[in-house]
Amino acid sequence: MGHIPQIGISIPKKESWNKVTGRAKYNGDHITSDTLHARILTSTHAHAIIKSIDFTKAEKSKGVQGIITGDYLPVLTGSIIEDRPPIAKDKVRYFGEPIAVVIANTEGEASYAIKLIDVEYEPLLVINFLQDAMKEDSILIHEKLSQYHHPSVEANPQFNTNIAGSTKIRKGDVHKAFNDSYIILEHNYSLPQSDHSAMETRNTIAEILPSGEVVINTSSQAPFAIKEELSKVFGLSKSKLIVRTPLVGGAFGGKATVQLEFIAYIASLAVGGRKVRIANTREQDMFSSPAKIGVDAKIKIGATEDGIIRALEATYLVDCGAYSDTGPRMAKAIASSCTGPYNIENVYCDAFALYTNHIYVTSYRGFGHVAATFPVERSIDKLAIALNMDPLELRLKNAIREGNTTPTQSKVTLSNTGNVEECINKLKTLINWEEGQVVQNIDDTIRAKGMACFWKTSNSAPDAISGVILKLNSDGGVDVNFGAVEIGPGMKTAICQIVAEKMKMDINKVHPFMEVDTQISPKHWKTVASMTTFMAGNAAIKACESIIKQLKSIGSIVLRCTPEDLDVANQKVFLRDDPSVFIHFKDLAHGYKYADGPSIGGEIIGHGNYIMKHLVPLNPETGQGKTGPSITVGAQAVEIEYDPVKYDYRLLKAATIIDAGKIINPGAAKGLLMGGMSMGLGLATREEFVYNAQGQLENSSLRTYKLIHFGEQPEYLVEFVETEQIDAPFGARGLAEHGIIGIPAALANAISIASQADFDTLPISPETIWKAKTGGKYDSL
Amino acid sequence: MLKISGNTTLVLNINGEDREIIAKPSDTLLYTLRNQLGLTGAKPGCENGDCGACTVLVDDWPIKSCLMLTVEALGKKITTIEGLNNIPIQKAFIENWGFQCGYCTSGFIMVCHSLSIHHPDADEHTIEEWLQSNLCRCTSYQEIRDAINSILK
Repeated sequence: MGHIPQIGISIPKKESWNKVTGRAKYNGDHITSDTLHARILTSTHAHAIIKSIDFTKAEKSKGVQGIITGDYLPVLTGSIIEDRPPIAKDKVRYFGEPIAVVIANTEGEASYAIKLIDVEYEPLLVINFLQDAMKEDSILIHEKLSQYHHPSVEANPQFNTNIAGSTKIRKGDVHKAFNDSYIILEHNYSLPQSDHSAMETRNTIAEILPSGEVVINTSSQAPFAIKEELSKVFGLSKSKLIVRTPLVGGAFGGKATVQLEFIAYIASLAVGGRKVRIANTREQDMFSSPAKIGVDAKIKIGATEDGIIRALEATYLVDCGAYSDTGPRMAKAIASSCTGPYNIENVYCDAFALYTNHIYVTSYRGFGHVAATFPVERSIDKLAIALNMDPLELRLKNAIREGNTTPTQSKVTLSNTGNVEECINKLKTLINWEEGQVVQNIDDTIRAKGMACFWKTSNSAPDAISGVILKLNSDGGVDVNFGAVEIGPGMKTAICQIVAEKMKMDINKVHPFMEVDTQISPKHWKTVASMTTFMAGNAAIKACESIIKQLKSIGSIVLRCTPEDLDVANQKVFLRDDPSVFIHFKDLAHGYKYADGPSIGGEIIGHGNYIMKHLVPLNPETGQGKTGPSITVGAQAVEIEYDPVKYDYRLLKAATIIDAGKIINPGAAKGLLMGGMSMGLGLATREEFVYNAQGQLENSSLRTYKLIHFGEQPEYLVEFVETEQIDAPFGARGLAEHGIIGIPAALANAISIASQADFDTLPISPETIWKAKTGGKYDSL
Repeated sequence: MLKISGNTTLVLNINGEDREIIAKPSDTLLYTLRNQLGLTGAKPGCENGDCGACTVLVDDWPIKSCLMLTVEALGKKITTIEGLNNIPIQKAFIENWGFQCGYCTSGFIMVCHSLSIHHPDADEHTIEEWLQSNLCRCTSYQEIRDAINSILK
């Protein structure tokens, strides 16, 4: 029986028509009239003692049902170190930290009442720069660091310092390798904190029912983690905790942690369990909810005369802000991928996750890899200039290959890593590298290209799990239920494609349950790390196998043969040797009924699960270990037109070649990579949190924090190399985050070569170019 | 001159229908659409006029409904995304991968629809000028440009 492939084809997302008609519902679209509304009062100081909070006036304000502060239900939260009170108690550690919550009948009444609260602060010294956080005599942001519980085995906070965690990589003998090197380059690099800016701000509704169920409806990437964390922090029964997440309006890592959910639960508790909604304003989403890390890095590389990189020494200071959240884990991710996709045999690296008085951080697209990639890719371009070599050829020469090892000394194979060389070679053609990196235009502008390679693995929990439940409908269609949240990439559709392919049936007959309900959906660790297709896809294949086995079993009775005689395709169970003898799925789905009445079988339901295998936590002394099931590699380039008179530049092209194994949905994959590149260009050209001397965030609106707008985009190019991963569903590796990773480095390389100046700090604006080229001596500011 | 204070019953013309609503003078059109009429296609993204996720058409022109008071919309023809049914730009957004999470999509489609009414032969410059009003964080905008180009003359 013929079968049309259902993977490797571009199928629009299942929910597409709902999204273009405004009928798709997000968490904020489900507000019922029995809902109370909460507003959060946030700190105006970056570091201060809370002397007093007076809410007597606010309490009497119209519509107010309750007001809570950090004293109401003091708890500490954190997945690595339990260091963060959901509402500040006694002390604030960043500008924007929640200090009180007003619950009222309407949002307007809550907003009005919070303005009536008087807070008295005693300001403390502020840690505004990473190097200050590292000083031996530095003030401490968490004096009680030693008393905090740290539930994660990977946590290693250093007491009486501002170091929340650190990772060491010790591979080979860097000392000897530097001694043997023909050339050694050492430079500093810096990337600021910035914002996720998902179009839907974080929002959540909590309710505690009289029978004890706690129901959280929230915009999140991690409904199952919310369940775990709430249960842990408040001592709630997991069986009575229900978390529901509909479609999510963008996340980018920013909705992978638990924040508003804690506050909403406490707020609901304070008003007798009534339904309480908290929705961030855009400004609060930027200055109060967690952001993206900032990083200062120092990188030293040593190479032979013919450009073989022998050694890399690196120190990264990661700005986690006021609380650790996922910061130490990102520091680990940076350290363990510090070489980029190059074979460097001698590595000495330290990454420190540091507390500062900035906004605290959580995961962000790329999970630290933008910060890991920028220094090494800038260093390689500098090495190329110093050795008078072509930077593309230099990368080819050092590209990691089968048989090499990563900085964490895990073995690279084609299956688990893909083909870096082929990516570079394809990029060379795609962006016409041969014409030269710099081309002088007739009008005195300069056209220049820069490139960068990237790699990224999942850095997932070693016990991360996923599951898929399949149900057969009585029309022979299949319902698919799994616990990953549809945040935009189209993972619900991708898993349906995998099911359709495995069942050899039409994708249009496979239907996803679009929402996630922790009571109904199988657990999926978190919708993060570009791991959904891999994890849920593997589970889906097992679930299909279960369905197929059941279909064959009941089919063999009806068709009077053994199950082994049967196969399935096009929603039929048929005899292998004679497909004209068959029975439709629909006649088996809910039990088979014989013509004379009696029935056999029952509803066909299949399930499959997946758990990460062979992941090993890093050795604390050497960094040896395995951080993900596979690595996705690629090569990227940015082409610009530079104006040497105005110190301005235009974006002409941005390109990605990625080896993500088999591409399940090329249209969706291309869109993800282009979107990633767009975010990367945002980081490279404009996105930056600006703090004043007091540590107050100054640009917390979309008017002052500029994103790329329509028309500013270059032409985007995407092509694939498809080296399949043996243990992945149909060979598919992760790709959703990766478009962002090398783009800032590629742009900096292009501008540096075009302007003949080094740009090692992001973002790169015309102003920074002007300053670098002229010394900024006419700067009246 | 119309003078209202406190909650007042008003009639708005929305998607070709006269609808009775109750609004205060301070209510934004976005608030009324979402909370009074359940027309949640228009999304709050910044409530400051920066992102365009709440865009609707008022007399066929794109307006950020977070910046317009409900009372300002009296006597005008309001079109929301729910009022567009299977028009070419909706299909074009699907075919050109013009969205991922979909949160900004209603707003972009409203701007594109209005552009196609007023400038059915818009050039690249005009398209840019119009679509710069809105933000998308998932796509690269190239997809949205392809979508609008596919329906213009």
